Amino acid sequence: MALSGGPASWLPLKASTGQRLTVGLFLGGSLLGLVGTVLSLLDPGAATLLLPWGFPWGRFAVVIDPLSAFFLWLIFTVPALGSVYSLSYWRAAEHPDNSQRLGFFYGLLAASMGMVVIARDSILFLIVWEIMALSAYFAAAVEDDRPEVRQAGWIYLVATHIGTLILIAMFALWYRETASFALLTPVAVPLSRAGIIFVLAVLGFGFKAGLMPLHLWLPGAHANAPSHVSAVMSGVMLKMGLYGIIRVSGLLLQLESWWGWLLLVVGSISGLYAIALALSQRDLKRALAYSSIENVGIMAMGIGLALLGRASNRPELVLLGLGGALFHILNHGLFKSLLFFNAGAIIHAGRTRDLEQMGGLGKNMPVTAGLFLVGAVAICALPPLNGFASEWLIYLGLFKTLAAASPANLALAGGAAVVLAMIGALALATFVKLYGTIFLGSSRAPAAPPAHDPEASMKIPMFCLAFASIFLGLLPSLIAPLLEKAVRLWAPLLASGLTLAALVPQLWLTYVGSGIIIIIAGWACWQKILRQGKAVSRGVTWDCGYAKPTAKMQYTGTSLSQPLVRLFSFALRPGTLKNLTNLPFPGKSEMQNFVPDAVLERLVLPVFQRCSRFIPKVYIFQHGQTHLYVLYVLLICIALFVFSGIGGGL
Amino acid sequence: MIDLMVHLLFLLLLPPLLMGIINKTKAGFAGRRGAPLLQRYYDILKLLRKGMVLSATTTWVFQAGPLITLIAVLLAGLLVPLGSSPALFSFTGDFLLFAYLFGLARFFTTSAALDTGSAFEGMGASREVTFAVLTEPAMFFAFLVLARLSASLSLAGMLHSRFVALDYPGSVAPMVMILLGLFIVFLAENSRIPVDDPTTHLELTMIHEVMVLDHSGPLLGVIEYASALKFFVLGSVLINIVMPLYTDRPWLNWLMFTSGMIGLAFLVGTIESITGRLRLPRVPALLIVAVLLCSSAFVILLR
Repeated sequence: MALSGGPASWLPLKASTGQRLTVGLFLGGSLLGLVGTVLSLLDPGAATLLLPWGFPWGRFAVVIDPLSAFFLWLIFTVPALGSVYSLSYWRAAEHPDNSQRLGFFYGLLAASMGMVVIARDSILFLIVWEIMALSAYFAAAVEDDRPEVRQAGWIYLVATHIGTLILIAMFALWYRETASFALLTPVAVPLSRAGIIFVLAVLGFGFKAGLMPLHLWLPGAHANAPSHVSAVMSGVMLKMGLYGIIRVSGLLLQLESWWGWLLLVVGSISGLYAIALALSQRDLKRALAYSSIENVGIMAMGIGLALLGRASNRPELVLLGLGGALFHILNHGLFKSLLFFNAGAIIHAGRTRDLEQMGGLGKNMPVTAGLFLVGAVAICALPPLNGFASEWLIYLGLFKTLAAASPANLALAGGAAVVLAMIGALALATFVKLYGTIFLGSSRAPAAPPAHDPEASMKIPMFCLAFASIFLGLLPSLIAPLLEKAVRLWAPLLASGLTLAALVPQLWLTYVGSGIIIIIAGWACWQKILRQGKAVSRGVTWDCGYAKPTAKMQYTGTSLSQPLVRLFSFALRPGTLKNLTNLPFPGKSEMQNFVPDAVLERLVLPVFQRCSRFIPKVYIFQHGQTHLYVLYVLLICIALFVFSGIGGGL
Repeated sequence: MIDLMVHLLFLLLLPPLLMGIINKTKAGFAGRRGAPLLQRYYDILKLLRKGMVLSATTTWVFQAGPLITLIAVLLAGLLVPLGSSPALFSFTGDFLLFAYLFGLARFFTTSAALDTGSAFEGMGASREVTFAVLTEPAMFFAFLVLARLSASLSLAGMLHSRFVALDYPGSVAPMVMILLGLFIVFLAENSRIPVDDPTTHLELTMIHEVMVLDHSGPLLGVIEYASALKFFVLGSVLINIVMPLYTDRPWLNWLMFTSGMIGLAFLVGTIESITGRLRLPRVPALLIVAVLLCSSAFVILLR
């Protein structure tokens, strides 16, 4: 019972006697929550709390099972680190008008996410879901004096409410089929209805998770939020959407294989398209946001594989697919938060998000550069860090579909492994570009203030996340029991004897990973000793004989990604703004390349603008005269009476 | 045990020789006598003894790049079966590690190139990451085909098991197709003609050589060695596909393997002598051919 007390105790954060108190309370709440999560794992019986409440429907049903517990790890750690980070990043003294508001909604956001993963009643779920969505809005749009923040917040609000509407429809259908709002035990819903519920869940939760093409709100909201809020949104809140998909599909006993194909295809498209967009961004935080969509796509592929495995009775696919997806959820929460914290440190030092104004920061900010490198290597899924450990599971699951015994068309899922490989290569290009343009070379902004590493309270959270990324990369087998428990809960058909250790030799990652690190460290020391007697001279960069290279001559991030953008121009639709003059005495000419979000700018916004041309015609009904409004109420009542009368007559 | 020792010795010592063979072949086609076969060894040893010049723009990443690349490629070399040795380490899913170790190498090679802040090296890095986006899918389609045919999920099982391609009527065409596809990937990954020209580095069209323009002395030696090693490791995958048959006599296996590698170097030298480098915008088309070959092989296999 101590468990649900954890998240609830975060609520007193309203106490605005200062940021420190807020952070202290927040840390206390998180710690309590972590203790609760550990206790719930030790206790074999699921920790359940059922209370009646005043609402006519539903009840207060809260359960912590291994699946919720897995998400709770993330919810209780990343936001807590973010709140420490905010001490220097969002100093109350520098932001007197909004730091209290941010602190309050930040706490509320974390607490409501904790409630989302343990709520087991449709009504309660929708309530906490809405609290989460709204507090995220207020936390992200805290700088509401800037127009682009308001614009991004507005798009977010519209998107999240469309998602919630779809979820309400889904839960209504759920109630109709099961005659209960409870989400406690798996139910056998007729396949045709179950399919509709599943599709609605993918749509509704997909808005939150950022699956393409439902991701429209995501890049803008992440780019314009304070960095620790972006970190929590990207590292944790997106995963709530995936949690929803996993939970709902777990509650449906019967399923068909097309559910798995749907998620596999949607995940592949999200992954490929989002990483191509990430590659082409000029804005650091937008690029990171698109890369989150890509990672959500990878997780969706894992879940899709698990659904395929369940439909075709292949427990190893379920374990590798869902296990890999859950592990990747955890890993992405760690390294993406690290990267967003890093972005915050860079913005703090350089006051810009524009990649083309950066360069050479590695010399002045060695700690930030090193930590960014850890995050970048991890997110590209390169060994020996944790990104590889989780993608490895998904890859192996996809390759296991090839086994001769499986149904013939299942092997097509192997093709998703190729998509994953291509995503990996594009992610590598993206993060080489980000790391190279920000930290390497020399500064592109001539008058930039000298950058410096951030204060300890920003560095410590980053160190914790980087350490966790390395640790989980080297010892992925530690997390395996938690994954197995969660997966077993999701798919009861799983034979209890099947373990990850039996399927994949995770210990090898430990050996090879520690081997790589030891050799690199040893070599570095040896080089240092060896170099002592050698002549090392310093010079300028060799530019084919040109003796005075300047920072302007460097390759920019845009030019680095240009060949790939051109290769994918059929999908990315890059645009160019030109103002080139051909006069005898040319004046100032300029050219700019940009890649818009094709879904938002070429599809959704035009449609909305088209609509806004017709919508004013509805304004004639809205004229502020109360007696006419009363008439509307009356008319609607009569219409309802007539309608229900006809309905009853039939 | 002896096989493993030979594996290690071959892996460490043979690669620069292959570079010598390529250069001899090219010299032969051009009617020259050419540099000695062992020239690459002399070059590397000479470079290792030299001092170096570091650009003032660079940081530690510039120096770490070549080292991490070498370590990654060397580890990948321990995962492939060579001759009659089934690989030093072999476990389920090691082929993914194999592919991603090359990714790790690429990450640090390109980062080291960007560290110099030079436009040339930026171009090289840009092209390297671009072409990888097309070579990786081809490689993974080939892995899918091999995994399906051999019913194994480790490199040693895929390449060194005694599955005989001819036993399985539908498998010959896919094997030939992935072999062609992988050969294109091999040429691209090793920066050989027709994708890249390893003999010049001052043109704007180069990839690998232009990325290492600023490295000198021991670091350049490490790079030269690592690229020879990469040629050897990726080449041995091809040789394993061409010659999946093994005899009971280890020495004969090693002989077959070595002659296969020499033949591969000769083939690469011949291609470099009789064809030109493609224009850069045409390179993606060539790589897409590789992807199509490997993906069609996969589709044929599943048909």
